[in-house]
Amino acid sequence: MLLWQTSQTINFAQGEFVMLPAFFVLAAMKFGGLSFPAALLVGMLVALLVLGLLFKRLVVDPILRHGVLPLVISTLGLAIFFKEGVKEFYAAEAQGFPGFWPATNFTIFGAVISAQSLVIIGVAVVAVGVLQYFLGRTRTGRQMQATAQNPTLARVLGIPVERMILYTFLVNAALVALASFLVSPIYLAKFTNGELLGLAAFVAAIVGGFNQVRGAIVGGLLLGIVDNLVAAYWSSQYRAAFPLFLLIAVILWRPQGLLGRAEERTV
Amino acid sequence: MKANWLGAALILGAALGTAHAQQTVFIPIVIEVSGSGAVSGTNFRDGALMAIDEVNAKGGILGRKINAPVSDTQTNPGISRAQVQKALDGNPYAILGPVFSGSVKVNMLLAQAAEIPQFTGAEAAEITQMGNDYIFRTSFGQQMSMPKMAVFVADGIKARSVAFLWVNNDYGKGGRDVFFKEMAKRNIKIVADVSTEAGQVDFAADIVKLKSANADAIFIYTNEEECARVLREARKQGVKTPIIGETNVISQKVIDLAGDTAEGVRGHVGLTADAPIPAVQAFTDKFQKRYKYVPDHNGIKGYTAVYAIKHATEKLGKFDSKALAKLMKGLTIKPEQEPGILMEATWDAKGDIDRISFLVEVVKGRQKVVEVLPKLGK
Repeated sequence: MLLWQTSQTINFAQGEFVMLPAFFVLAAMKFGGLSFPAALLVGMLVALLVLGLLFKRLVVDPILRHGVLPLVISTLGLAIFFKEGVKEFYAAEAQGFPGFWPATNFTIFGAVISAQSLVIIGVAVVAVGVLQYFLGRTRTGRQMQATAQNPTLARVLGIPVERMILYTFLVNAALVALASFLVSPIYLAKFTNGELLGLAAFVAAIVGGFNQVRGAIVGGLLLGIVDNLVAAYWSSQYRAAFPLFLLIAVILWRPQGLLGRAEERTV
Repeated sequence: MKANWLGAALILGAALGTAHAQQTVFIPIVIEVSGSGAVSGTNFRDGALMAIDEVNAKGGILGRKINAPVSDTQTNPGISRAQVQKALDGNPYAILGPVFSGSVKVNMLLAQAAEIPQFTGAEAAEITQMGNDYIFRTSFGQQMSMPKMAVFVADGIKARSVAFLWVNNDYGKGGRDVFFKEMAKRNIKIVADVSTEAGQVDFAADIVKLKSANADAIFIYTNEEECARVLREARKQGVKTPIIGETNVISQKVIDLAGDTAEGVRGHVGLTADAPIPAVQAFTDKFQKRYKYVPDHNGIKGYTAVYAIKHATEKLGKFDSKALAKLMKGLTIKPEQEPGILMEATWDAKGDIDRISFLVEVVKGRQKVVEVLPKLGK
């Protein structure tokens, strides 16, 4: 969503972007002999380099000038490349990934909540808060927003548009790495994880509103709740279908998404 | 003159090729190297390759070394069928694999039509009930393992109700159907029947269902990776009900992936690398030294399949695929006759295997054998 707003980049490898940083960490531990915290740091740095800087320089910049469609196809190819690369050079099997927190549970009003879930929610809330603060309250963040809204006018006003777009790619890389580190202890690290995560992310973004960060958050929460409620209280066999019903309903009746705003484009 | 040289070269090449073919016996491995069955498939492959290297180092079978290329089914029945067809095009003596029941059900018809024996690690009950004279298991089918599991549920943990979580594929459905019949015979209630998908990663809602069923035991019957995710989620949700399972949920790969969330899980395994049998322990040590990981039951399946073929062929005294399939019916191989078989094994007229099995509990990250169960035929 950030990438779309600043550079009109639709990244169909976004799921694989979430899958990959976990393997950067595992590789740093396995081949580099690093401790888990050090490997996390290395994983984050490699993600910033590969999924941020190199993705922009080697894939987006040369291809985007030919239009959005070639970039969409390129990112589809990139997804296959990442997936098969991990399968070939690391493992086809699922890999255990250490958790951030010991496996302890708390009972609150009869409901069991794991410390791991609380850590995940906490990190996610802090990450969203920091991102919102950065985008809305800092000079660089406002310049990034201006770039997203109107790059031509931003350039006229002296904003270094190219640099702002690069920052967006780096922020995106940091966020996918964070998501990867949080989700892998539960889902296990596996080369196919991106398929599911990518689809869920797209559905959530479209349901919430593709041009609003808070829309994606609401879309993600709604999707997660609907998915789990349907599976727990209705039918686990049809759980995968319900988010898609939601998607169809939103596209039919509110195509800009629940919190998105309608945009006009010249075609 | 040039033409003469060319002709001579071609004849020499053909002769060398024929000589090479005669020096080797073609036993391709068609197996799950990737996809959701990779854990099972790679274990089976590694066990088989280790046995093949051992056999070849000792001169092969009847003086011919085993040529065993590996092809990946990607855990996809359609691709597995194509790979078996490709293997059959090379005139194999026998075929090893695959492990996933859905794939075997699709591709075993090809091997049957070609009259080539196929040694599979698949466990779905119906595989050996379809009148195929060329399919042979290297582990228990569900019709052999589930009755043992039912006895464990009824008499071992004395459960009167069970919540059952299963994977919606041929393996899961086959196991569910047999287990439900066994439970009905013993008047044990199934209070939750939760279907999941192969490759599923989020089990939060499924665990909610299992918890709310308030059963005496929770039975997990999915493939390895999913088992590990289920156990992790069960720990997250503070499940206190005893968790039990048949083979996969207590396999070493699941224990490795699930970490300490697998502690205390109990169940029945047809094969275990931790069996209190010296030959199995020696196998486990060799395997671990070679591959740097602890094998699960699939590693033993692949290993013993090769030695079963070797023993039967040496008994035949010739390479004859049809005769091999015929000889396997009713054949018993003892470790005294063939040490590589590890434990005495008997194949019945349908291709099902019978041998001792084990009740185990996960203790400190390893399977601990609690009880050794005799062969069903004894």
